[in-house]
Amino acid sequence: MSKEVINDSSFKKLQKNNDFAENSMRPSVSAFKESVINIVKNKMAVIGFILIVVIFFLAIFGPHMVNYGHSEQILEDANLPPSLDHWFGTDNLGRDMWVRTWLGARVSLTVGLAATLIDIIFGVVIGGIAGYAAGRGKIGDRIDGFLMRLIEILYGIPYLLVVILLLVVMEPGLFTIIIALAATGWVGMARIIRGQVLQLSTQDYVLAAQKLGTPHWKIITKHLWPNTLNIIIVNLSFTIPTAIFSEAFLSFIGLGVQAPFASWGTMANDALSVIFSGEWWQLFFPALLISFTMFAFNVFGDGVQDALDPSIKE
Amino acid sequence: MNIYIVKRIFTMLLTIWAIATLTFIIMKCIPGDPFASDSRALPEEVLQNVRAKYNLDKPVPVQYALYMKDMLSFDLGVSLNSETRTVNEIIKQGAPVSAIIGLQAMIIAAIFGVILGSVSALNHRKFIDYFATTIAIIGISIPNFILAPFLIKYFAVDMPLFPVARWGTWMHSVLPSIALAVTPLAIIARFMRSSMLEVLKQDYIMTANSKGLSKYKIVWSHGIRNAILPVVSFIGPLFASLITGTFVIEQIFAIPGIGRYFVESVFNRDYPVIMGTTIFFSAVLVFVLFIIDMSYRLIDPRIKLTSEGDGK
Repeated sequence: MSKEVINDSSFKKLQKNNDFAENSMRPSVSAFKESVINIVKNKMAVIGFILIVVIFFLAIFGPHMVNYGHSEQILEDANLPPSLDHWFGTDNLGRDMWVRTWLGARVSLTVGLAATLIDIIFGVVIGGIAGYAAGRGKIGDRIDGFLMRLIEILYGIPYLLVVILLLVVMEPGLFTIIIALAATGWVGMARIIRGQVLQLSTQDYVLAAQKLGTPHWKIITKHLWPNTLNIIIVNLSFTIPTAIFSEAFLSFIGLGVQAPFASWGTMANDALSVIFSGEWWQLFFPALLISFTMFAFNVFGDGVQDALDPSIKE
Repeated sequence: MNIYIVKRIFTMLLTIWAIATLTFIIMKCIPGDPFASDSRALPEEVLQNVRAKYNLDKPVPVQYALYMKDMLSFDLGVSLNSETRTVNEIIKQGAPVSAIIGLQAMIIAAIFGVILGSVSALNHRKFIDYFATTIAIIGISIPNFILAPFLIKYFAVDMPLFPVARWGTWMHSVLPSIALAVTPLAIIARFMRSSMLEVLKQDYIMTANSKGLSKYKIVWSHGIRNAILPVVSFIGPLFASLITGTFVIEQIFAIPGIGRYFVESVFNRDYPVIMGTTIFFSAVLVFVLFIIDMSYRLIDPRIKLTSEGDGK
């Protein structure tokens, strides 16, 4: 390193500038905008988001891009490899894989979104009530104690077992899967919301609201729920891929949507027998899309978590 | 401490009871009885006898009481499909097989997960870190029932290193264990990474560094030993996912484990087996969660045993 000589000429005299002093604040950014900026900075999260958009787009428009029906069987065209006519090839009954794959995407995404939505509603209501009731007199403690006991017991049960049991009893199908997943999924959400609400309800602004005579329901809906939004969104981004995985898993073991409808899970299961005979595309595309979807939601979820939950920042 | 353990055991028994009751209710919700739709078209008197044999002619509360009584004496009933096999026998045959695969998967996942996570944290924001993180995310994204067929194709058919399926020698258990291990491995690696990053920032690491301790010693006795604790608490949920993982893995590899019997019984509507295996799985899981909770609190003296169970 060469030696630098420091003398008067190294320094520059600045004019006193009140403008600068007044405006040296960072421009004000809303919390939402800031989290969006944080997510956009995260390359993986952006990739995940783009993948999600593409998958949604193709799930909606994909089946209409070609002229085949989802159950249209052209037996002469059975087991064709991917070509310009059949972009993803055909299956052993001559059905177009491109159409079936994207119709399968609709099933997976519907299950993922619907089950998660029901989870959130139940989780937020029950977790919110339990968390708010805790430490509020004898009745409050009793309500919380009862709900927590219930949650504790349900939490100890492997959820897929319960889902399978429910599917044994109910008619297999899309609706049943959503109900079965939602019936078991709200527990985790309720636990988290309760913890958060419990913490929030000791805050001064809640106390102030109480002293001003605000009714309980208004405190819960106006002051507590909006502050749990972060944690809900973070949880949401991990619940969706779990639900999608569960649907594929259940369809794979034969408890999912029934023929002629297809989901990625049933398609992968159907293709198991052909993997040795060389029709790789019948397993490859559904497998690839399950993995892509899980990947996209997981990395996007990570990005959202980093952006919204400062406590987990590295 | 003792009060806490007693309380935990009580909750544990309550959970198992709740599962047994829930299973019973769900099974009773099914319209008709298992013999009504029998293709053998039994005469009415025989049906009466069969129903009487399985106590199906009694009122539901009595059936429930009888079922609970049997459960208390660890008698889970007889399979409807093969009259000679009891559910206990099925569990006795299937459970060890599943346990071998599950245990091997757990060991693979723990060892490689911890290594991958630590290596990634030690090379924070370098190429190795990004590489290992990407591997972990891919591992989480690929479901085991997708991975298993590809493993069979490449490592059993194209390159005949391992048997394609079935059960026999130790070689048969290699591919199923790997297929089962990938997801938990990736999850452990991610947990380990963030936990290790947290630990490396601590003062005692700096102290160890300034003492001139070798890097190996710092990483091993100060880093990994501390970072692994939060990971241990995650073994419970991982164990649950291993159980459900065996359902498909045993199906794909045609392994006579308990997961496969469970899925088969679901298809055959073999209610006693469904109920028995469900209760067995849940009891194992609840027990493992209990053990982990206890050992976790013993490993780390900083954690106080309290009865507080809120989800913070």
